[in-house]
Amino acid sequence: MSETSEPRKPPIKLPNGFTFVPEMGTKAFTLHGHTGFLGMEYRAHGEDWMELALPWREDLVGVEETGVLASGPIISLLDNATSIAVWVRQGVFTPQVTLDLRIDYVRAATPGKTIIARAECYQVRRSMAFVRGIAHDGDANDPVAHTAGIFMLVGGQEWSRT
Amino acid sequence: MSDYKLPPYARAMGMEIDHIEDGVPIIGMDFADRTMGRPGFLHGGAIGGLLEMAGYAALRAELERQGNDARMKPININIEYLRGGMSERTYARGEVLRAGRRVANVRVEAWQGDREKLVASSWMNFLLAPAREG
Repeated sequence: MSETSEPRKPPIKLPNGFTFVPEMGTKAFTLHGHTGFLGMEYRAHGEDWMELALPWREDLVGVEETGVLASGPIISLLDNATSIAVWVRQGVFTPQVTLDLRIDYVRAATPGKTIIARAECYQVRRSMAFVRGIAHDGDANDPVAHTAGIFMLVGGQEWSRT
Repeated sequence: MSDYKLPPYARAMGMEIDHIEDGVPIIGMDFADRTMGRPGFLHGGAIGGLLEMAGYAALRAELERQGNDARMKPININIEYLRGGMSERTYARGEVLRAGRRVANVRVEAWQGDREKLVASSWMNFLLAPAREG
């Protein structure tokens, strides 16, 4: 991984209420910006859940001596997976912002292994969506982290300013 | 804080020690494509990563002050996102509420141009493990 000087394509803007197709929608999100930089990938989805993968990379390490991935990329991965799970459950793309996100790190991630986030949207109200999920490095029964969060569903104008 | 070096992830994200304030490192991060979520705004995960790095740095400074060489292991973090992070430099500072023998409790805040207008606020808990033998 190197700092690339190639210009990136302009970010894709999805219109409010756009039918959300998880695989394509996720690809649109992971081409650019922070998710693109980290290298997140679509893995799978169901009615109300979403799986994203984050391959291990040397420049995302938090402890140089051990090669353990930093927790920052795990926050980003869980933030994205839970966020997309809301759109998966609703079947449409609606603007939302993270209100609150909690992450419990139950063990250190294994160096070199891809991290997989499995996130579920378990409730949607008029203005809030409630999510939870785990991150693991191969065995979903032995997670590295658990998360719980809330997204605020907001109007399109608040969400994007360009 | 003399020889404190930020880890690879932090450097890749463009985080750096902006300055030291009362012995506590303030971590700064410029806005860039690699930190962007929805167009024109900071990604929540990039904010989270910055908060954690400031939490680590503040705790490390406090442990150094105490002459404690314990290793810090993150137990958990809770982030409240207070307003959208704009396309500008972001700062974060941690405050160690307590660093005991086994656990440390740290509060971290992030802001941009106006320090009174927080972008995010968080608490973190760390497990303090004895330094490795040898």
